[in-house]
Amino acid sequence: MLETFFLSRIQFALNISFHYLFPSITIALAWFLFYFKIRHDLSGHPVWMRIYRFWVKIFALSFALGVVSGITMSFQFGTNWPGFMERVGNIAGPLLGYEVLTAFFMEATFLGAMLFGMKRLPGWLHTLSTLLVAIGTSMSAFWILALNSWMQTPQGHELIDGIAYPVSWMEIIFNPSFPYRITHTLLASGLTASFLIAGVSAYRIWRGDSKKAPFIALKTAIITAAFLMPLQIIVGDLHGLNTLKHQPQKVAAMEGIWETTQGAPLLLFAIPDEKNRTNHFEVGIPDLASLILTHERKGEIKGLNEFKSEHPPVAPVFYSFRIMLGTGMLMLVISWLSCWQLLRRKVLSRGLLFALYTMTFSGWVATLSGWYVTEIGRQPYLVSGVLRVSEAVTDIAPSNVIFSLIVYASVYLFLFVAYLHTIFYMARKSIKVEEYETLDASMKQRVVDKALDKKAVPVKMLKSSFKNNKEV
Amino acid sequence: MTFEQALPDIFLLLMAISVFLYAMLDGFDLGVGLLLPHDNKEFRNRMIASIGPFWDANETWLVLAIGILLIAFPQAYSMVLKELYIPALFLLIGLILRGVAFDFRAKAVTKFSSLWDKTFTTGSCMTSLAQGYMLGSYVMGFETHVSAILFSCLSAVCVTLAYASIGGAWLVLKTDGELQKLAARKARVAGWGMAVGIVSICIINPVINPLIIERWFTLPQAILLMPIPVMSFILLLINDYYLKHVPVGGDKACWLPFVCISVLFFLCLLGLAYSFYPYVIPNKLLAADAASATASLKFVFYGVAIVLPVILAYTLLSYRLFKGKTTKLEYY
Ligand code: HDD
Ligand code: HEM
Ligand code: HEM
Repeated sequence: MLETFFLSRIQFALNISFHYLFPSITIALAWFLFYFKIRHDLSGHPVWMRIYRFWVKIFALSFALGVVSGITMSFQFGTNWPGFMERVGNIAGPLLGYEVLTAFFMEATFLGAMLFGMKRLPGWLHTLSTLLVAIGTSMSAFWILALNSWMQTPQGHELIDGIAYPVSWMEIIFNPSFPYRITHTLLASGLTASFLIAGVSAYRIWRGDSKKAPFIALKTAIITAAFLMPLQIIVGDLHGLNTLKHQPQKVAAMEGIWETTQGAPLLLFAIPDEKNRTNHFEVGIPDLASLILTHERKGEIKGLNEFKSEHPPVAPVFYSFRIMLGTGMLMLVISWLSCWQLLRRKVLSRGLLFALYTMTFSGWVATLSGWYVTEIGRQPYLVSGVLRVSEAVTDIAPSNVIFSLIVYASVYLFLFVAYLHTIFYMARKSIKVEEYETLDASMKQRVVDKALDKKAVPVKMLKSSFKNNKEV
Repeated sequence: MTFEQALPDIFLLLMAISVFLYAMLDGFDLGVGLLLPHDNKEFRNRMIASIGPFWDANETWLVLAIGILLIAFPQAYSMVLKELYIPALFLLIGLILRGVAFDFRAKAVTKFSSLWDKTFTTGSCMTSLAQGYMLGSYVMGFETHVSAILFSCLSAVCVTLAYASIGGAWLVLKTDGELQKLAARKARVAGWGMAVGIVSICIINPVINPLIIERWFTLPQAILLMPIPVMSFILLLINDYYLKHVPVGGDKACWLPFVCISVLFFLCLLGLAYSFYPYVIPNKLLAADAASATASLKFVFYGVAIVLPVILAYTLLSYRLFKGKTTKLEYY
């Protein structure tokens, strides 16, 4: 018989993963929109407005999905984790409350102005609305990550009869892992949005769109990604060092180290076996993990055996960590290659266009696996050292949770498919419209025909169209 | 009473304010969703355009209301959501369907767009029914005997009709021509349905709930409270009279039905609050007993005191920016 506990965990993981897909896009996409709008206001060039109008639609869609799944999140603590609010509600409540007050209302109100006021509002007010939405999404991230980081590395509270009471809000908000987590997560959002923009624009170009708009969007996104990725590696490394200090058992699981070792290897691949407390098929680089984490070749790293029954399940943390790193490395390679081609040749090869297209949602992969490392790595605690997950769960009948889980899973699956379908549908649609404004007459008809045929335009023609195209 | 001791009451009041604003504001856009005609695409477009810039912020009042419950009365928050697990699920699914349908309809392939409109209506309907059911169940103190369940069902229908009627009133305010007339007709029907619902609830509730009899039907309260039912009755009549004559010469006072219904909502909420104060959960949990740590409440209170006026200001600004009749669907 499945228990309420297990089912509630699955349901929570499903809901938060689905919710996070959308904020991970909107947080940074809002800043991209602001950039496009400012460029338009400064130069008066219509191409920036075209880019803005295309991406604001995708933004609105992602935002709507983020909002509705977010509302589900704020009911979740009550429906499935009553112990969470009863035991640490004094801390968690106000942080969530500030998120509503300082972020949600601002985002939602100015989003309305941003979407429907393009003609109605004076230009500056519309640009200001875009800015306020961007600030709002980042504020959301600030408060929710303050809470999440406090759950990882709690401080600034006192426990009376097992209930947490606030002592210093500064210490609670600026807890030790918070600066690293917020930086790393904002950068992650930047990368997610960059690869989304690059991917969809590459798809448009690849399908024969020879207008300026997708090309400029692509360029902006790639350059951003190429800048952010190295930063992300540095911040990720610092984040790991911080985790080593405060949650060594999590790092041991990430690295798959069972026995405390001096000179631990960096495992590129292994199959952790929790029953026999060892790894199979290890492939690793000697001493590298110690070098990265302690900055000494023979530095000591505590193994999982020091934390028996107090450490997280190893395999999911171990694999998720590698998926995040792998995706990050791939992002680095692709963004730099693309940058280099753009600088050298002013256009992208079809191979790279295709690679960018397949990596449209690579940000999601890295982000979610990163979160799985963080959250599963905190098990068996919900708030490290303060509250165990099993103490927080509700006592309702499992049948209710099975029912709700099935309903959520089906609705989310349906929405996920609809979302992906709509994004690429919009991309294809935009290939056909706007043509007449952007190409010279001889090119025009051929490209339209090709696009309607759903056949790609030969690259050579694309290249020439970029060079010849003087009007926008 | 010191400031510290007053905090639970202050938060109770804040919650009441955001519930009221939610019912009024999201009420009208849920109502518009309920009223979408299935046979007239142009009307649907205009109706949806009339709520376009607002629905998201309107829904946020629910997030604030549930947030205040969570922040200030964590025990009540978990009790309510545990008891109402399944209705809450329907509420959320309804909100999800409605929120996304709104956006997808504009972007989807043409052949799917009327499917999204149906989803929009279904979602609005689910949300309204679930909210009404939850309200009824809450008033009944989460009892599960047959009469309590029937009462919750009645409340579900009544809340749905109330939303339909405020939705209609909103359309009278924001549209003109044939659509306005259609909306007025529908709002009238919904208004009468709502009136019947409210009256039956007012009769049934005291029968089941002894506390209510004591509060409402003993002297001198009974006399002091008289204005509430009397005013409600008058408001319903004015509303109905106006709607019957839409369009009133030169569209004079087209805001009247909306104001009437909003005030009616306010009176209903006032009655509810009077019936149960100082409980957060009727007969089960007192606000003062369920309140969070004082330090936490204080920390949030300062935030609310500073931010809430700002929120109200830019909410008003947004309604001002988009004032006047909605003529055509003007998507970004
Ligand atoms: C685009 C997304 C993305 C990319 C490319 C990376 N990360 Fe990451 N990572 C995240 C997105 C992310 C995240 C989703 O934002 C997490 C989850 C929680 C958090 O704070 O950030 C995360 C968590 C996370 C943690 C766990 C922290 C903890 O909770 O203890 C570590 C150690 C790293 N990352 C390190 C790295 C390194 C060294 C990277 C270099 C390749 C890297 N990440 C790339
Ligand atoms: C945004 C990305 C996030 C993702 C993808 C994520 C993912 C997860 C996953 C997979 C679990 C289950 C761990 C397990 O059971 O082994 C979990 C647990 C949990 N997380 Fe997160 N999380 C995220 C952010 C947050 C934030 C910001 C909060 C705090 C407000 C939070 C609060 C919780 C809680 C309360 C649990 C307990 C339930 C449980 O352990 O199953 N999460 N999360
Ligand atoms: C358990 C944790 C969480 C809860 C309870 C929660 C709750 C919510 C709610 C209620 C909304 C809708 C706001 C509205 O009505 O406008 C929302 C949206 C949002 N959330 Fe979350 N959330 C959680 C986790 C996260 C995380 C981890 C992040 C990012 C780091 C995040 C960032 C956002 C953002 C940026 C929005 C607004 C934009 C959008 O919807 O895309 N949230 N969230």
